Amino acid sequence: MSDTSIKPRIEKVPLSEQFFQKLPVMLVPLLALAGLLAIGNPASWLTLTVAGLAMGMMIFIMASGLTVVFGLMDVINFGHGAFVAIGAFVGFTVLAWLAGWTESPSVLLNLFAVLIAILAAMLVTGLLGYAFERVIVMPVYGEHLKQILVTMGGLIVAQQMIYVVWGPDELHISRPEAFQGSLIFGEAAIEKYRLVAVGIGLALFLAMRHILQNTKVGLLVRAGVENGEMVEALGYRIRRLFLIVFMTGSALAGLGGVMWGLYQETITAHMGSEIMVLVFIVVIIGGLGSVEGCFIGALMVGLLANYTAFLAPKVALISTIALMVVILMWRPQGLYPVVKAK
Amino acid sequence: MLTKLLSGDTPRSSLLTVILLIVLVCLAFAPFLFPGTKSLETAARICIFIVLVASYDLLLGYAGIVSFAHTMFFGIGAYGTALALSATGPSYVSLAWGTLAGAVLAAVFALAIGLFSLRVKAIFFAMVTLAVASAFAVLVSQMSWLTGGEDGLNYKIPRELTPAFKLVEEKVLDVRINGKLLAYYLVFFASAFLFLVMLRIVNSPFGRTLKAVRDNAFRAEAIGYRVVWYRTTATVLSAVMAALAGSLLAVWLRYTGPATTLSMEIMIDILLMVVIGGMGTLYGAVLGATLFILAQTYLQNLMGIASEATSAVPFLSTLVAPERWLLWLGVLFVLSVYFFPSGIVGRLRAGRA
Repeated sequence: MSDTSIKPRIEKVPLSEQFFQKLPVMLVPLLALAGLLAIGNPASWLTLTVAGLAMGMMIFIMASGLTVVFGLMDVINFGHGAFVAIGAFVGFTVLAWLAGWTESPSVLLNLFAVLIAILAAMLVTGLLGYAFERVIVMPVYGEHLKQILVTMGGLIVAQQMIYVVWGPDELHISRPEAFQGSLIFGEAAIEKYRLVAVGIGLALFLAMRHILQNTKVGLLVRAGVENGEMVEALGYRIRRLFLIVFMTGSALAGLGGVMWGLYQETITAHMGSEIMVLVFIVVIIGGLGSVEGCFIGALMVGLLANYTAFLAPKVALISTIALMVVILMWRPQGLYPVVKAK
Repeated sequence: MLTKLLSGDTPRSSLLTVILLIVLVCLAFAPFLFPGTKSLETAARICIFIVLVASYDLLLGYAGIVSFAHTMFFGIGAYGTALALSATGPSYVSLAWGTLAGAVLAAVFALAIGLFSLRVKAIFFAMVTLAVASAFAVLVSQMSWLTGGEDGLNYKIPRELTPAFKLVEEKVLDVRINGKLLAYYLVFFASAFLFLVMLRIVNSPFGRTLKAVRDNAFRAEAIGYRVVWYRTTATVLSAVMAALAGSLLAVWLRYTGPATTLSMEIMIDILLMVVIGGMGTLYGAVLGATLFILAQTYLQNLMGIASEATSAVPFLSTLVAPERWLLWLGVLFVLSVYFFPSGIVGRLRAGRA
């Protein structure tokens, strides 16, 4: 026997392949550049880009919960939109109670009111997420067909309950003083609220990445996505983990609902199912189960929607579908396929 | 003869047979049994929705595919007929080519979507169709130069199908024999024919293979059936049937708009009808559509009474307000997915044993 030790030889990935793997990350700047070329005017381009990023961040907040839930437990929640709508309604109710704070010129009071509204919305949707998981989703694990049907039924019931509780009319609310108005950079006007939305979205993305990459819970979630049975065999209660993830995802949907509501300043019981279309497109583009892919997809959809709304308003929604088609032709499982096709 | 007409797929439950016969007789003689415009409208809606829901069941119940684009195909059929009638005048020729064009377009769309997204997962298809269908609805409401936008299209149909046309001068059994009646029977017989065709499809070797693919795609593939091909064909067939149902609606209403054909509400209605009636059996579509549309038309009156009766109790009265009927159907829907996924028909058949 020879005693030559086995040395693992790690082949260097050729540069072209490395570039190809990293390509999805480049898509957002590329899209922004293409937008600049198409629009021509840097000032309006800046305005549109910030608007697109803000929209993308808000979609990301709503979509991230959905995609992680799918990745971890193979459950797609068609009722996710209901959490968005309920979050928005709860947030608006709280803001209406705190009208004295939102109308005062003090930035601190404004922020405080929005914070309370967001927390209330997240609390309510988180708890609802708990109930939804226990009552609606739990009996149908592993059966996709029933999941789609049952969560769709949950969406119908939840939407109708919004009518029962808040009445059939849409709600209006104006943003707190501090978030109104725009900042002027040269010729470009940028709404303050959009910057806030970009900030919150970015912070959330970084926090999620940190939790998923650097903490034990994140490790378990990632391991669960990879191979749930193995995680269970090692003695972790994956069901409880999943419940936590589901509640977090629902709470994030509530947060997204409040932010989207403040962005539009008008909310209806149907806003959830309307926005779910965008959320689904984003989740598909990103690859089911991938947070990074979801982030990139959301930003691309947001940017593209705003550019096309400026250049050719009639095709705004079609353009996002076209984007989805192009991405799927290139990568049939989305940008970062995490969950293997089952 | 009768068994052959039903392609050997008899209801297999005496109670179910009785109910189906009642539905058939009521629909066949609706103008004479229930005189009045509203009941005739309801009967025609039931006929059209039976076809629409059965075509959806072909996809959901037999192939195990969830699609949210079914109203899109329904709408393509309706708009095809509507555009042909308004562009080339109210003749039978334009009716025929409009219907044909709608069906072909629906087939092409379904083929594209199917080939594109059926390779991956059921969930994927559901999400893609949801996105595509809502984009299509937006597109239709924005292309107002062609489709009339949100207002939709009003057009004339061949004169023989309008109330102005009198077949017999005097009334028969107290009912005017006019073009409206002819239109109703056109809808009725076309629906019955399409239903029997679908019954033929699901009981053919193709239908059986489809069920095998639904129950165990991997095994079906291993035996040598091309799963993607079967799924795509089912999608195309159901899209064509939905488009034909849409054409019937276009002829019946003499109006086509996004709200009557393309809206998400109708998609949800179809879903409820299939599941409550019973997935995986076309008779479920008959019961589901009949019950649902009756509920849609008449349950609201009943709930109005309940709401008045409970008006003293503040929260309860809003719960049973007539506008909230969908809430209760939603609850029924969720319960039926859990407790009797085979729907009413499955219950009735199980009760026979």
